[in-house]
Amino acid sequence: MKPRLGSILIVCAAALYFLVPLIAAFQFSLQMRRGTWSFDAYASVFQSDVFLNALGYSLIASAIAIVVGALLVVPTAYWVRLRLPHLRPVVEFISLLPLIIPSVVLVFGQIRMFGSSSFLPLTTTDFGTNLLLVVGYVVLSLPYMFRAVDSGMAAIDIATLTEAAESLGASRARILFTIIFPNIRAAIVSGAFLTFSICLGEFAIASLLNRNAFGPYLVQLGQDRAYEPAALAIMSFALTWVLMALMQAFAHMKPGQRLLPRFTRSRP
Amino acid sequence: MTLNESAPVTSQPLRKPLNLNWLGAVPYFAFTFLFLIAPVFYLVIGAFQDSKGGFTLDNMIGLAEPNIARSYWLSIRLSLASAALGTVTGLLLAHALILGGMPLWIRRAISAFSGVASNFAGVPLAFAFIATLGRLGLVTLLLKNLFGLNIYGMGFSLFSFWGLALTYLYFQMPLMLLVITPAIEGLKHEWREVAESLGATGPQYWRMIGMPVLAPSVMGCFLLLFANAFGTLATVIALTGSNFSVVPIVLFQQIRGNVLYNPNLGYALAVGMIIIMTVSNLLYLVLRRRAERWQK
Repeated sequence: MKPRLGSILIVCAAALYFLVPLIAAFQFSLQMRRGTWSFDAYASVFQSDVFLNALGYSLIASAIAIVVGALLVVPTAYWVRLRLPHLRPVVEFISLLPLIIPSVVLVFGQIRMFGSSSFLPLTTTDFGTNLLLVVGYVVLSLPYMFRAVDSGMAAIDIATLTEAAESLGASRARILFTIIFPNIRAAIVSGAFLTFSICLGEFAIASLLNRNAFGPYLVQLGQDRAYEPAALAIMSFALTWVLMALMQAFAHMKPGQRLLPRFTRSRP
Repeated sequence: MTLNESAPVTSQPLRKPLNLNWLGAVPYFAFTFLFLIAPVFYLVIGAFQDSKGGFTLDNMIGLAEPNIARSYWLSIRLSLASAALGTVTGLLLAHALILGGMPLWIRRAISAFSGVASNFAGVPLAFAFIATLGRLGLVTLLLKNLFGLNIYGMGFSLFSFWGLALTYLYFQMPLMLLVITPAIEGLKHEWREVAESLGATGPQYWRMIGMPVLAPSVMGCFLLLFANAFGTLATVIALTGSNFSVVPIVLFQQIRGNVLYNPNLGYALAVGMIIIMTVSNLLYLVLRRRAERWQK
């Protein structure tokens, strides 16, 4: 079938709309030094300690949230599929709630519930507030983590694997960590990259908990500077692209497939 | 008679062994209860309490106060506008890509791009649009220098209603493309052939077959886009500071500094958001279920 003219025009218009902001941001980010194009804005971003601290903080918070999320979701999804199938709709429904509750509402409730006069005053200490941020990120990532892990489990026969392991005398913990986790690692990693791309630049929760995270840093930078924000927009887009590509790649892996090809050393 | 019924009664254990399977689900339920469900209920309960803790409907009625009603109305209009823009453009793009005979690599490239762009929201998106359509943005300057069009002189501003709607479109259109693609691919070739062999013209086919089949999906996706826009906070803050008082911004300021001078009214504001998000998501699910009838 030959492309129709109308379709070509629509696709070109859409491509233009998609590409122009990226081109504009890139072009803008190169203008920091007057009269010539340079990467000064990028250099300026990377030389800033505030940037490195904020990015580092958010990287660590997101990473912890991914680990906690996986430790929470994987055993639950496994156990519910194996022993409590009637609870699966409830578990899935709860995992989808964060899509309905805006993050600003979620953090509002958490701040009030764990405020200074509550039964568990988390917001009064630095550690408690950091904990609340990680917890918030775990909640935000639940819909994606659960879907990724659950579809990963659907692809393997967990009942048979479990019986086989039990008949060989493996304990529950051993089954989970040496059989279930490795078999769905691609699914977990795929969910992890999505979580990463959501949490890294997250603004509402971090800002309302007064954390020096990457999202609030970006907003502040946008108010103070002209060229660095454009540079960060380009870098964020590139990073989102990488994370989505990795997510896709891992989502399409076979169960138990190695994440990286194994490099075998030939024996001397 | 089945085997079970003929089995001797004595083989049945006298007491059922204690079933401890539910213990395995406790961590998940405890975590989500403590950090997701209970905090939301805290707000819901607070929304129906007065400052002394007694039951009242005053806070929910207070949502009709002019300044709060205005920000709800602004949020709803902005979400409707951006969802409508996203639905129409996304639908046109999906139609052009899938039914317009585009080469496969273009389809793949645009859908891969959409996966990225629909996740590229928040602050960096705002920065990219400031570099494009801000006062010194590339497109603003190009229009001024090449065509003598001063869009800011003509009343356009990126930091206004339509500026925001145009910015949201950057994640709304790709999202629409991604969620509507299965529905458009589900339009069977045979339907079109049968319609044509019965003498239907292209517009007739769309009016009598294509659109009625797609309608529930399109409506559902529209609601999804609506909810998506309604909850957007970071992009608005990065573009307008906190001057543009959509509901998430007002709530944000209320959490920061009790700008409504009434904590319980703040809870009601949050509950209003939850209600709108819940209704649009539920309708989306209902419509999607209806749409799936055709996709078997």
